[in-house]
Amino acid sequence: VKVELELNGRATAWDIAPGANLLSVLREMGQFSVKLGCETGDCGSCTVLLEGEPVNACVVAAARAHGQRVTTLEGLLGDPLMQSLQREFVAKAGVQCGYCTPGMLISLYAHFKSGGGGDDPELREALTGNLCRCTGYVKPLEAAAAVATDTEQGGAS
Amino acid sequence: MSNPQKRSAVGHSVEKVDAFKLARGEAVFTDDYRPAGMLWAKVLRSPHAHARIIKVDTSRALALAGVVDVIWHADVKAIPHTRAGQSHPEPSPYDTVILPHKARFIGDRVAVVAAESLTIAERALELINVEYEELPAVLDMDDALTRTDVLVHEQPDPQGIGGGGRDNLAARIDKQVGDVDAALQGCDLVVERQYHLPRVQASHIEPHISMAWVDVDRRLIVRTSTQVPFHLRRILARILEKSEAEIRVIKPRVGGGFGDKQEMVVEDLVSVLALRTGRPVRLEFTREEELIAARYRHPQRITMTTGVMKDGTIVANRMHVLADTGAYGSHALTVQGNTGQKVLPMYPAANIHFQVECVYTNNPNSGAFRGYGAPQGCFALESHIDEVARELGMDRLELRQKNHIRLGDTDPLSAKLGEGKEGLVRVIRSTGLEEAIALGCEAIGWGNKQEPTAPHLKRGLGMALAMQGSGIAGVDWGAATVKLNDDGSVNLAVGATDIGQGSDTVLAQMCAEELGIPVAKVLVLSSDTDLTPFDVGAYASSTTYVSGGAVVKAATKVREQLAAVLGSAWACDPAAVVFADGGADGPAGQHMTMAEVALYALYEAKIQPMATASHMSNESPPPFAAQFADVEVDPETGQVFLRKIVSAVDCGTPVHPRLVEGQIEGAVAQALGYALFEEVLLDRTGKVLNPNFLDYKIASALDIPPLVTILVETDEPSGPHGAKAAGEVPIDGPAPAIVNAICDAVGVRMYRIPATHERVWRGIKEATQ
Repeated sequence: VKVELELNGRATAWDIAPGANLLSVLREMGQFSVKLGCETGDCGSCTVLLEGEPVNACVVAAARAHGQRVTTLEGLLGDPLMQSLQREFVAKAGVQCGYCTPGMLISLYAHFKSGGGGDDPELREALTGNLCRCTGYVKPLEAAAAVATDTEQGGAS
Repeated sequence: MSNPQKRSAVGHSVEKVDAFKLARGEAVFTDDYRPAGMLWAKVLRSPHAHARIIKVDTSRALALAGVVDVIWHADVKAIPHTRAGQSHPEPSPYDTVILPHKARFIGDRVAVVAAESLTIAERALELINVEYEELPAVLDMDDALTRTDVLVHEQPDPQGIGGGGRDNLAARIDKQVGDVDAALQGCDLVVERQYHLPRVQASHIEPHISMAWVDVDRRLIVRTSTQVPFHLRRILARILEKSEAEIRVIKPRVGGGFGDKQEMVVEDLVSVLALRTGRPVRLEFTREEELIAARYRHPQRITMTTGVMKDGTIVANRMHVLADTGAYGSHALTVQGNTGQKVLPMYPAANIHFQVECVYTNNPNSGAFRGYGAPQGCFALESHIDEVARELGMDRLELRQKNHIRLGDTDPLSAKLGEGKEGLVRVIRSTGLEEAIALGCEAIGWGNKQEPTAPHLKRGLGMALAMQGSGIAGVDWGAATVKLNDDGSVNLAVGATDIGQGSDTVLAQMCAEELGIPVAKVLVLSSDTDLTPFDVGAYASSTTYVSGGAVVKAATKVREQLAAVLGSAWACDPAAVVFADGGADGPAGQHMTMAEVALYALYEAKIQPMATASHMSNESPPPFAAQFADVEVDPETGQVFLRKIVSAVDCGTPVHPRLVEGQIEGAVAQALGYALFEEVLLDRTGKVLNPNFLDYKIASALDIPPLVTILVETDEPSGPHGAKAAGEVPIDGPAPAIVNAICDAVGVRMYRIPATHERVWRGIKEATQ
């Protein structure tokens, strides 16, 4: 199947097997921030943005990306909001093994981009699709709250 | 050892050395490197709990385009071994071969395919015909104990099995201090209860994954997500009939392990296939495979018998453990040993009796999981202490305070129970337990229970005390190499295995502290069997305490080398040279930056400042935890709402306070799943019913209540910079604290966890009938 899409801002064409999911194709294409954790849409380690909305790439057919914008963490490394999220995750020790971190970062990025706030319940809701077995979510939530404060004060994004 | 007041690196929450690359999603995990020509492997698993594998017809699978190899037991030599990653000689039975003649659980390995793509490998599995001879299965622990007509392992295949292959016992322990039976006769009150612990799974988000290839020197290279690279190399060498020189194990970043990767789960298969095909081979578990074919925390049934006097003195304590190791006995003896050894010393009664019967069944495998037996034992003991207090009419906090272990006390059980053999006497030389209890009580509002947040809810408080160890005394050891570079940076090579917990950072801090340089100047390499010195690996809460000791020694040696060089350069006593703030100072005001020191050493003195040191401890000082839960229960539905969990933890000196907090918070998150909702369910044939994250639920951000984490600093004399362990102890207490709080709220004791809505509701129903 031929798929033409915009990957991280660049027009891209894939020739892929019919049943392939977006997760496996993105990894084949070197987007290694997109992690395999469950392949059933439950853990959020493969969260990417499809037309700006967070999705679990493992349960999205790669063919569905045809004509769409797909954004991975690799495509946001120069983005000021993403950079402040990364900075706070590091500063607050929100990264332990780091396997689920890209997925959490994408979910929080989408949350803030869509105007989401920094209250604890809101941030928990934003992270509820991302399973993390290391941190108990405490430090990632602290990091997210710090970014929210910065953003409100006009420091980022 | 440096002055605590003047520490520049230890005790500071520096940037985790690998955090930025992880936050950038860089290609650092096992699967992020894919060698050219790589094949994809998949395992064909048994649909039967117990069946002989008579013949495997691979012809149709091999005929499929893109299939390169299919192997079954006829293709590999059966060399009995254990997959447990433990020091040689492993205390686990040699009951395993690479591919078995007999499937022993639903999901056991039958055949393995290597193909050009994952899709082809999956299709090939469907084309393999297996002739099985079904056998009666034993799935129940009590059945396994009594039946001798159905044996999971029979002679002569296995070696070192507790029952000698004549029964289904994988391990048995019977150790006594004093005389419990006699002592119980003289007690004012004897309380006996039974506690039931579920099968739960580590659920690291990165699945088990390994790849192997043969390099240009004909050596086998194994890149793998493991906690035990050096044990793995040794086990692989034995079962592949190679020497260690022919094998290199590389551990990249690891996406969580929690004990589940203290085990050779997939490495042998990729190795065999790479050697046979001459191509790189990759094998990754699906989440379903994680939940049926990795390892579980052992399900146990624990009987506690405790004799007390009216004043609350605990005179005698007996713990009997019946445990299910499943089809294979990796960690069977030692996990169950820990259930008593790490737990019973909390209340050092004069009479303690600890008994274990760990049985083989045709259920999927148990093994190592953070806490390593202690969460089960702690649940039973700390639930039981509340029961004893209630029957005695004594305050449960007071009963604990009256009996708990104190500074200078001897732990009598550790001498009786080492790692599968006689151990070493343990004396408590540091403890912050009393302070932890006081601070925890204050944080939870002990004795000052808040009103329920709604009229239909009942509120309760619960607590539990826990202790663990810091490595295995006299067994665990590690080594470190420190090498100075021209610019004053150092390479720190350690066999110690960072699996996300942050050991690279903590070890870099200790190295930086000794040399007086910034942590950013320490380049950590862990772990690669070709490039780093030996370490037993990441388990038993050993890395900070044991491997940290090696780093301190190696860095100290390098500092002494530099002092000797500067002593002659400056014509002063080497002992008068001080290393701090990234440089060296002499007694007459001489000064060099570390870069200048390095240039002088390398190009004038012409020596490579460099040292390797090994460290082992004959002690395993326990970290302590006092943990508290504030819960509300809806009696109409049985639903439990967590309002707060408090953990006050004494881990000696917290080398990196925020990483220690992270260890505690993560452990609490795992433990509250153990308490309330995690359980791998099997049907009557031994098949796992919930092998996915939708049905086997682990805690999400919405399940975590406010966590209060308190670090109670002590100075452990045997630890590097006063440090003890932190990784495991905080997973022990939350489950009993929560269940004790439920009992405080609704008066119903949950003897079985997880305390699901239904179980709590039934408990309330039965109590009110």
